Amino acid sequence: MKVQLNNLTKTFGDFKAVDDFTMTFEDGELVCLLGPSGCGKSTMLNMLSGILPASSGQILFDEDDVTNVPPQDRGVGLVFQNYALYPHMSVLENIAFPLEIKKVPKAQRIEEAKKYAELVQITQYIDRKPKQLSGGQQQRVAIARALIKQPRLLLLDEPLSNLDARLRIEMREEIRRIQQETGVTTIFVTHDQEEAMSISDKIVLMKAGQLQQIDKPQELYDDPHNLFVASFIGNPPINQLEGYMENGRFVLEDGSASIIINNSNVKEGQKVVLAIRAEAINLNNENYDFKATVVQRYTMGKEELAFVKVGEKEIRVYLSSDFACAKGDEIGIKLRNKGVFLFDKETGDRI
Amino acid sequence: MSLFRKKDKKTNNNDVIFNSKLEPYIYLLPFVLGLVVFTIYPIINVVLMAFKEGYKLNGAFTGWGIGNFTKIFSDRYFLSAFKNTFTYVFIVVPIATCISILVANLLNQKTKGIAIFQTAFFLPMVTSAIAVGLVWKYMFNNEIGVVNFLLKAIGLNPINWLGATAGNAQYNIWAVIIFGIWNMIPFTTILLLSGLQNIDPLYYTAAKVDGASTTKMFFRITIPLLSPTIFLTMIVNMISAFKIYNEIIPFWNGSAGVTGTNLYTFVYYIKEQFATYGRYGLAAAASIVLFIIIFVFTMIQRYIQSKANN
Repeated sequence: MKVQLNNLTKTFGDFKAVDDFTMTFEDGELVCLLGPSGCGKSTMLNMLSGILPASSGQILFDEDDVTNVPPQDRGVGLVFQNYALYPHMSVLENIAFPLEIKKVPKAQRIEEAKKYAELVQITQYIDRKPKQLSGGQQQRVAIARALIKQPRLLLLDEPLSNLDARLRIEMREEIRRIQQETGVTTIFVTHDQEEAMSISDKIVLMKAGQLQQIDKPQELYDDPHNLFVASFIGNPPINQLEGYMENGRFVLEDGSASIIINNSNVKEGQKVVLAIRAEAINLNNENYDFKATVVQRYTMGKEELAFVKVGEKEIRVYLSSDFACAKGDEIGIKLRNKGVFLFDKETGDRI
Repeated sequence: MSLFRKKDKKTNNNDVIFNSKLEPYIYLLPFVLGLVVFTIYPIINVVLMAFKEGYKLNGAFTGWGIGNFTKIFSDRYFLSAFKNTFTYVFIVVPIATCISILVANLLNQKTKGIAIFQTAFFLPMVTSAIAVGLVWKYMFNNEIGVVNFLLKAIGLNPINWLGATAGNAQYNIWAVIIFGIWNMIPFTTILLLSGLQNIDPLYYTAAKVDGASTTKMFFRITIPLLSPTIFLTMIVNMISAFKIYNEIIPFWNGSAGVTGTNLYTFVYYIKEQFATYGRYGLAAAASIVLFIIIFVFTMIQRYIQSKANN
């Protein structure tokens, strides 16, 4: 099912939790609402489910305007952050409960519930109570319960935040698999950019109730529209060098280094931020843009990361095995074309 | 912290080791002493008294046996106490529990001014049953009572609640039952309300999104999740209802019903045998019977509860 938002807004008093969102989610898409705490992503989810009424604007499911339709009539399946499984019911009863509400005959709803238990791979646990299950298994039950009434839209609120790191990776792949098997349009909320990047078709990146960028994960990474997007997406976090433009060159704030910038949009004297992904930095002691001093080295398993000082600013670079350097050494830094962005310092907009 | 430092076990100082073992018991002594004198000794003594025939307060008795028990079970007043108490317990406890569940649900709403109602409902708890009983005595009054006034207002015949009509005092127990229910609701409601507030509101949100009606949520979510608290209040209330005595006293100036004998209860019977007639053995035997009844019903409820939980 296609979801269309038209100028969707939610205000609490003077506070705009979600400010004027207009966008479309295509049928069968897995969309992620991403942003830091308090950005309005859960508010948005609650408006989609109907738990929270919208202050203004429109929500369309396909052609139906559901803005003022109560939750139970929207045909949405909801998975809560802490799963909200009924503790007194067995796994099977939990999964079958939405059908019990719809007064589906007992034999039929048990059969149906078993089918969904199989889909989420918890068949061997159907007679247990929720508290006898691990977090990941509870999550599967919650997803099955949300799917059994064949919702037009599946909503997941921070579905992985209660799981430990390894299980989180397993479950996010499971969510992807289940979503693709059922083909249901899915919207999920997270504050973890890695989670969002790994499984979504489309990411809605939000900050303080404002839309920052809506794009495919890779686009968000390769083509950030503003400094917030560039800094929020990616691990390690993007390096930021503050400075100004002089004679077509970017000059570090303390004037200790400069680099030629080929960008016709930037004005002479403009205060800017040069954002550089760690992997966009080559180390080269002969041909370099900046000089830097190695401050600290970190071994991360498959790769080695180093903090180096450019002027007064520390930035992260990847070390290659054939590049010898030690703490305190002065090394040369060469920037690649891809993964280097220029932003206006005042507005944060991409230049 | 230890007053007597424990020495190394290798040192052959028995005195210190003895003292360090004894030390905790010294701290326990004041409490244990109180427990023994005021609880354990009386319990043992009651059991012994129940099997001593012809027991006098000076300790003299004619012999051991179950005579006291056979006597009370052939005493029609004891049998009537049996019947009255059971009637009271099995009407008051279920009705008070049901009403309390509804009241607790109403008080659990987030409505303006709910605090006033919460206070009002809990008033009976802070008043003495005897004092309020006197108020109820006037409310049940044949001529000037508000209960009969209301009955007449809705077109029903007034009821002779506290008196006897042509020797028939059948309504006496109903007056006590109504008063008992009223008295039981506040405490039960407080416990149930705290039980309700422990239910995660997310369950209701989840059920609501799935389209559950209020009734469905009440019976499939509220009641099951509240059932441990319901069982708890039922056990506590049943135990206190079996010991009904205070609710009888104010209505008939201390008599057991309008005829003086028509509303015996276990505790009333025990008290009368002990304090009025000085039949200590019979009072003790009746106490043992009451204890066994309460014990059995508590066990039955616990069994049902553990069944319900699995």
